[in-house]
Amino acid sequence: MAADQAAAPAASARAAGHGLPGAHPERAKHAVWHRLRRHPGAIAGAAVFMAVALAVLFGSFVHGVDPHYLDYRAKNQGMSLAHPLGTDNLGRDTFARLLAGGRLSLAVGVAAMALSLTVGTVVGVLSGFFRRLDGPLMRFTDLFLALPVLPLLMVTTMLFREPLRAALGLEAGIFILVVGVIGITSWMQTARIVRGQVLAIRAREYVTAARSIGARPWRIISRHVFPNALSPIVVAATLDIAAAIITESALSFLGLGFPSDFPTWGRLLYDGVPFLTLTPDRVIWPGLAISLTVLSVNFLGDGLRDALDPHATTHRAPVIRRK
Amino acid sequence: MLRYAIRRLLFAIPTLLAISFVVFALLDLAPGDPTAQLPLTIPPETRALIRESLGLGQPFPVRYVRWLEQFLANEPLNLVEVLLGIEIGDSEGRLRVSSWATRSPVVDLIAQRLPQTLTVVGVSYLVAILIAVPVGVFSAYRQYSVFDQVGTLITMIGFSVPTFFTGTVLIVIFSGVLGWLPSIYDTTHRVTDLASLGYQLKQMAMPVMVLALFSAAQISRFTRSAVLDTLHQEYVRTARAKGLAEPVVMLVHVLRNSMIPVVTVIALGLPTTFAGAIITEQIFRINGVGALLIGAIEGADIPTVQTVTFIFASLIVFFNLVADLLYGILDPRIRYD
Repeated sequence: MAADQAAAPAASARAAGHGLPGAHPERAKHAVWHRLRRHPGAIAGAAVFMAVALAVLFGSFVHGVDPHYLDYRAKNQGMSLAHPLGTDNLGRDTFARLLAGGRLSLAVGVAAMALSLTVGTVVGVLSGFFRRLDGPLMRFTDLFLALPVLPLLMVTTMLFREPLRAALGLEAGIFILVVGVIGITSWMQTARIVRGQVLAIRAREYVTAARSIGARPWRIISRHVFPNALSPIVVAATLDIAAAIITESALSFLGLGFPSDFPTWGRLLYDGVPFLTLTPDRVIWPGLAISLTVLSVNFLGDGLRDALDPHATTHRAPVIRRK
Repeated sequence: MLRYAIRRLLFAIPTLLAISFVVFALLDLAPGDPTAQLPLTIPPETRALIRESLGLGQPFPVRYVRWLEQFLANEPLNLVEVLLGIEIGDSEGRLRVSSWATRSPVVDLIAQRLPQTLTVVGVSYLVAILIAVPVGVFSAYRQYSVFDQVGTLITMIGFSVPTFFTGTVLIVIFSGVLGWLPSIYDTTHRVTDLASLGYQLKQMAMPVMVLALFSAAQISRFTRSAVLDTLHQEYVRTARAKGLAEPVVMLVHVLRNSMIPVVTVIALGLPTTFAGAIITEQIFRINGVGALLIGAIEGADIPTVQTVTFIFASLIVFFNLVADLLYGILDPRIRYD
């Protein structure tokens, strides 16, 4: 809280100093793209993430092996033409399983990001715009920030896995559960950042002007406040994807996430650990996939942050993750 | 400052109460029967008696208040008694939070597991700080140098690669291929002489490395940006313009000021490292608090899960408080009203 009080004037000064994108939309967009291009890490990150996404989405058309097909006579094989990354102890194709797992991992990441972003943005906009809601909502956020996320995630998935599975089916139940718990426990940073931005925007002349011609709060929020608060939301979105992928794989690694029949990258890694001495590549490939994806998204997020906030280039406190 | 501290402390109480309620309610109202794991041959009447003996007969609010009383009054009293060797009131008849799996008080279980966790977490955090702060400072001082570029890349990697992957890779390399380090942490090992100390250091090396890499990445990222922020301040330019020697400028003007946010971040990061230790303990089979939690979750030992989770939450609240107060003490510019 102390940090907030100190940071608030700095944030409003920054917002007032440079024209927020929106004053000249085209020029601002061009400037952002120009600054992003000078950030080699961000471009590389975007390229790698796109490549990973394309591979997991369309890879099965090129590599048409069924990830569930058991071939006991070809178990624990090394790399070959038929099985580019070898097979596991039941003779399933590692590369096909990696592609299928990646689809699930990325889906969890994107869905959890969407949920956490929605909650975070709504809470942030409401508490920044309506003074009366600010106190209660921020206390609520502080409460969530003090929750021990990993233990709670473990407990909730453990307790609600069976009932949700029974109600919604095997894959859908666990997917909704994991996405739900990750989304609900990761919106707080977004809410705080958005609130700060909205507080700064609310004090600007165009909001006063809109209010003086009788615009209703909802219209001011949707037409004036939200579009101008978009850049920190975009940055939070990228970083949230990375965080959600990590959290999901950590849960799966503890055996509390997805089951082996619908493995994500984390679960593949977990299933590979007992065979570490026999086939270490079963751990290496999913681990590399997670690391590469998260790394590329983080680089992209960093670059976007620098590009969208030119006054804070290169020296700006990164968001501290609680995990 | 004192008034702020007291207000902050008072605010921590409702926070903790709310968290304890969330933790208790989540576990208590969840579907599932604690006697479900017992053999099917037990007749229903006995099963009902077992449920009664576990304290499940009473309504939810009563159980919550009694759990609070046991955890917040009885356990601290017991702790004081053990530490000071005295007896306060009726110490035999006082109810304690006991595990359903082992029937022993949960706090005793935690006390058995805590030393292992504390050793690994404490040493790794210390290592992380010792590495991260100098790296961060030098990276900022020589911004865009090769050292900075490489350092930033490595911290980004340490920040992005999950600990369970670094851990397993280290096991493959150091235990599998090279055979230098044991892959399983032996908690029964006692340090008695130089050779056993050597073994202790060997078995701690990998878990400490894994946790330290992750914490160091966060701390050094933060240190770098804090020092960069300070380096751009007017008073640093003034100090240089006065002709002060560079070491004086760096140590007196830059470092002292940029360490204010870094110290608070170090305090804030400690509970995170504890939570991270859950995963590390799983990788290296360390018999610590995290392993206790995982075992309790798998065995549906609800009192243990509630207590350990609540202790994790208390750690977060406590270190948030420490960070806020440190910020106020270290930075006289911050004024609280």
